[in-house]
Amino acid sequence: MAYFLQQLINGLTLGSIYGLIAIGYTMVYGIIGMINFAHGEIYMIGAFISIIAFLMLGLAGVTYVPLVLVLVLLTTMFFTSIYGWAVERIAYRPLRGSFRLAPLISAIGMSVFLQNYVQIFQGARVKPMPPLVQGGFTVFESGGFAVRLSYLQLFIMLLTLVLMIGFTTVIATTPLGRAQRACEQDMRMAALLGVDVDRVISLTFVMGAALAAVAGLMFTLYYGVVDFFIGFLAGVKAFTAAVLGGVGSLPGAMLGGILIGLIEAFWSGYFSVEYKDVSVFVVLVLVLVFCPTGLLGRPEVEKV
Amino acid sequence: MTAASGFVSGQVVRPPALWAPILKDAIIAALVAVLLALPLVGLQTYDIGGGALGIRTHFDWVALAAVAVFAGRLAFRVLHQLHRGHRRRSAARLARLAAWGNRQVLPITLAGIGFAVALPFLPFSSRYLIDLGTTVLIYVMLGWGLNVVVGLAGLLDLGYVAFYAVGAYTFGLLTRDLDFTFWEALPFSGLVAASFGIILGFPVLRLRGDYLAIVTLGFGEIIRIVLLNWAPVTGGPNGIGGIPRPSFFGLSFARSAPEGLTTFHQFFGIDFSPDHRVVFLYFVILAMALVTNAFTLRIRKLPVGRAWEALREDEVACRALGINPTTVKLSAFAIGAMFGGFAGCFFATRQGFISPESFTFIESATILAIVVLGGMGSQMGVVLAAILLVSLPEFGRAFAEFRMLIFGAAMVGVMVWRPRGLIAHRAPTLRLDASPTR
Repeated sequence: MAYFLQQLINGLTLGSIYGLIAIGYTMVYGIIGMINFAHGEIYMIGAFISIIAFLMLGLAGVTYVPLVLVLVLLTTMFFTSIYGWAVERIAYRPLRGSFRLAPLISAIGMSVFLQNYVQIFQGARVKPMPPLVQGGFTVFESGGFAVRLSYLQLFIMLLTLVLMIGFTTVIATTPLGRAQRACEQDMRMAALLGVDVDRVISLTFVMGAALAAVAGLMFTLYYGVVDFFIGFLAGVKAFTAAVLGGVGSLPGAMLGGILIGLIEAFWSGYFSVEYKDVSVFVVLVLVLVFCPTGLLGRPEVEKV
Repeated sequence: MTAASGFVSGQVVRPPALWAPILKDAIIAALVAVLLALPLVGLQTYDIGGGALGIRTHFDWVALAAVAVFAGRLAFRVLHQLHRGHRRRSAARLARLAAWGNRQVLPITLAGIGFAVALPFLPFSSRYLIDLGTTVLIYVMLGWGLNVVVGLAGLLDLGYVAFYAVGAYTFGLLTRDLDFTFWEALPFSGLVAASFGIILGFPVLRLRGDYLAIVTLGFGEIIRIVLLNWAPVTGGPNGIGGIPRPSFFGLSFARSAPEGLTTFHQFFGIDFSPDHRVVFLYFVILAMALVTNAFTLRIRKLPVGRAWEALREDEVACRALGINPTTVKLSAFAIGAMFGGFAGCFFATRQGFISPESFTFIESATILAIVVLGGMGSQMGVVLAAILLVSLPEFGRAFAEFRMLIFGAAMVGVMVWRPRGLIAHRAPTLRLDASPTR
């Protein structure tokens, strides 16, 4: 029971990270109907920028932990958003209206490019990061096994919750959110009614990148090591999460992320660590085959 | 011709060029470049020992990037502005060139094959060059195999390397446990890979294009992870070594044969040279690649080949005409996988050693890049792209480091400027404009 609870906590933490990335996938898919394959790379860039920001603050002599966290969070979100914006502007916007697979291939190219760009300029070695937030408390103890909830895990879950609430509010109440929902339903009609579709799509990428940046920062804090290759697996897993929750649905993305996190945590807790990635891919295949609309998605009707 | 332009005595009067917005645009582009480069190029992390990181600044590179982007964007916009009419003309010139190329397909093909056959005997050829040629041909074969799936059937397969791996490991296991030779194992490699294609394809081929892409990617990773972790059978990260080289009708290419066997050089009464094997390997893969090509070209004219292309263009219409999309897609998948398996078998015998490291996603992306850059569905384009991408890093260390970077940029660039690839096979006769805004 205690072991189960511990895996639950680990899974929820992991799931929060995946969920934040998954939102970027699901929003972009909802609006322009493409898989932003480079999104995992954006997350990786977020992790790198956060580690650089930590180092710079350390050099500048800022040591008060909450201040450091807030500053790093803001800088990481800012710089990563620009990457998200630039990727859309360079690789996707010229392809709107091109044939079906063109944006996806372009996205794969972008992903390969960004991975190697970071590898060349930041080096292929793993970047270590000393733990910043330490300590935690014991939730309960049974049979000599203590269930620990570290402050960091708490921080990750709470931050995810806050971001989710803020984000849902933006989508539900602001003019931008309204424009996004309009574009999702019918882009051409939205354009006719005076919505600046290009701008809405750009901002969607910016928002997705900002959330991925937060996920990257969490990854840096949680695992303490970053390398240029983390975006690939995390990207695929987050995409799986988006599919599981139903592509196009925001609560679905978060739910899917948490489920994927839980599956991964329980799989490595009870079965084997080596095959934990396989478990996620198997889930992806099963969901797509048996329930392609996901848990909270709407069925997709193909129009001729 | 835009609606804004008017006619004066038969000549088009262009609206005056607006320089201010162009300059502003270039400045904004440069600013974005600075913001992009600042954290990742301008501030570089490096190990300072003891598990800690230090930061090196490279603001000169950031400035360089800004200037380059500014100049590039400015030049692009100015040229665009000056050559508004010329764009159409250059497109027409390209189209003429492509049409000429299509008419001259037979002579070009024959010349290419002739060159490929003669390559080992040309005066300037060397062992290194033949080795490079062999590598290029492996990628050509893989590209042609993937072209069946991506180019003809329009199914984006991001896990093609899985079939390559299955082919290689089939041979590796057969030779390790059952002492199969290359020629005995070759059909099995193709067969097993094709079966894997069917096993994977059966459940997932109902998915739409981009879902399929992700699932195939997942499949490729599953195969790699299993190869890596199932150590008792696959050797895990150490892979399988000691894979035998192919023989020439039972004649081996060793310096001296074991009792009762003859070697190639003894049989033909020539001096032993290690180059014989290299040249032989080259011809084996050349023959395999040409068979792949001939097969593809022929099957394209059969009903199933026609169905692939029809399916690529419009699945709903195909279904209405009574084509069963699942079986048609499955056949494309299985045939593409089979060629991947053959190529894998050859890879194993050439290297003599296989490990999961050779079958990563990057390999899939490389093969896909070859198909895409060449022009999906174009056999000749695959050859050109393979030569370009494989030999690029051979020109210098600098290129080798930037190889994948250039790959990625080229994939994006080709999609943006020539979405149908360098050598477009053909444009669809009828195209519905699907762009929502514009």
